[in-house]
Amino acid sequence: MISLHNLTVSYQRHPAVHHVSGRFAPGQATAIFGPNGAGKSTLLKTIMGAIRPDSGEVQFDAISRKDIAYLPQQSEIDRSLPVSVIDLVSSGHWRRSGLFGNVGRQLDDASWNALVTVGLEDFALHPVSALSSGQFQRVLFARILVQDARLILLDEPFNAVDARTTFDLLALVRRWQEEGRTVIAVLHDYEQVRAFFPQTLLMAREVVAWGATDTVLTDDNLKRATETAAHWQANAPVCAVDGQGVRS
Amino acid sequence: MTLHEMLVSPFADFAFMRRALVGCLALVLGSAPVGLLLVMRRMSLMGDAMSHAVLPGAAVGYLLAGLSLPAMSAGGFVAGVLVALLAGLATRYTEVKEDANFAGFYLLSLALGVLLVSKSGSNVDLMHLLFGSVLAVDDAALLLVASVASITLLVLAAIYRPLLLESLDPVFMRAIGARGGVWHLLFLLLVVMNLVAGFQALGTLMSVGLMMLPAIAARLWAASVGGMLLVALLIASLSAVGGLLLSYHAELPSGPAIILLAGVAYLLSMLLAPRGGLLPRLFRSRHLTN
Repeated sequence: MISLHNLTVSYQRHPAVHHVSGRFAPGQATAIFGPNGAGKSTLLKTIMGAIRPDSGEVQFDAISRKDIAYLPQQSEIDRSLPVSVIDLVSSGHWRRSGLFGNVGRQLDDASWNALVTVGLEDFALHPVSALSSGQFQRVLFARILVQDARLILLDEPFNAVDARTTFDLLALVRRWQEEGRTVIAVLHDYEQVRAFFPQTLLMAREVVAWGATDTVLTDDNLKRATETAAHWQANAPVCAVDGQGVRS
Repeated sequence: MTLHEMLVSPFADFAFMRRALVGCLALVLGSAPVGLLLVMRRMSLMGDAMSHAVLPGAAVGYLLAGLSLPAMSAGGFVAGVLVALLAGLATRYTEVKEDANFAGFYLLSLALGVLLVSKSGSNVDLMHLLFGSVLAVDDAALLLVASVASITLLVLAAIYRPLLLESLDPVFMRAIGARGGVWHLLFLLLVVMNLVAGFQALGTLMSVGLMMLPAIAARLWAASVGGMLLVALLIASLSAVGGLLLSYHAELPSGPAIILLAGVAYLLSMLLAPRGGLLPRLFRSRHLTN
């Protein structure tokens, strides 16, 4: 469904994602794993279309960019705004309701059902400012439920979330897989990846290993990822791989 | 002095007071919602920047056509839109943030404006441009204000959802490809239009006051966007009526009188308002069991 072709993304000429190629298994959950600064978030943002790659491309097959739900690492949502929980969840209907469209009974029911699924129906009419960070993350997952997207991108979704909430939300990730959706999540917890993500992309700016989680998360690979990430040079020479690293 | 003499007869007896009243109330209709959205989008100072940006355009209008409202308004509008566009483009294509770009371009614009005004006219003209004269509002000005208010309300009604969603969660809007930038730009056009509309009555500097102060105060009173809109409209209207009466009875300039009243409403709100005011914070109600 999505494949990366020799993808390079850089900041101030230093590559964060470096000549990455591969294909995400459709209908499965892939974890992106790797040390800090390995380009995991950058890769997600590039897939989402927020960052333009230096070279290479992200190729979508039989899916449009509108079929993507994206949960950023730190949501830029201004939680002081006077918006109710149910309204925030309902914003996930945008693709169907659009600019003027009425959020009718059917869509409204979907929003409520999503809140029931994440266990926050009692908070539907509360302002979002009244939620804890764990509850807020549940609300954002409810919005993803409402979006009904075929590709779901999650950037460190369980960062400020307690064990119980993480467990509940991981159950959703499992459900999405059963429904045939593709999930790509940046994660830092080894056990979570092993238990809930059949596929793993281990990266350190470059692909270290990509495939079934068991074969990817070996001690050897993990050690290589850490070592690669540590090699950062301020005065690195221009990359010469297929001549695309040359920029004026 | 009877209550009637105090509140009604100034408007009943004098046509210029009636015009001023209608003009101000129409102005409030458009600029209060725009101000509220500016506050919610954390762009409270953007209105101020834009009001300065309008100046050189108005000055060019004055240079070309004298003290003519259409020429000065058109000039002001063009200058404001130009600054908004340039700042928007600079934000998009460079690493400089939007607030910094607005500061940069409005300062350029302001300097140019003051230069043009002082090169051509006397300081009295500059005062008029900056502070307006609400009591000299004529038919043309009324028509302008009414048109701007109507357009503002219609456009806001149309783009309300994406605009609000974009203030709430810009990343989400980008992710679903809803082109937040278009709504943002339309909204900036509305800001400029309302500043230009207020410019004959209140001047470029004072018209921001009627836009921002009621909106900031309203956030402290209501829990929903709709509620805030109503409170903002109420505070702005009361300030307009009160300010006009104050200027009539105490022989004060009307623009600053209106804005000062709105300022008093803002200060009182900070003291008394139930949502985040000072007094409710000091005297807390007892907490519940759960």
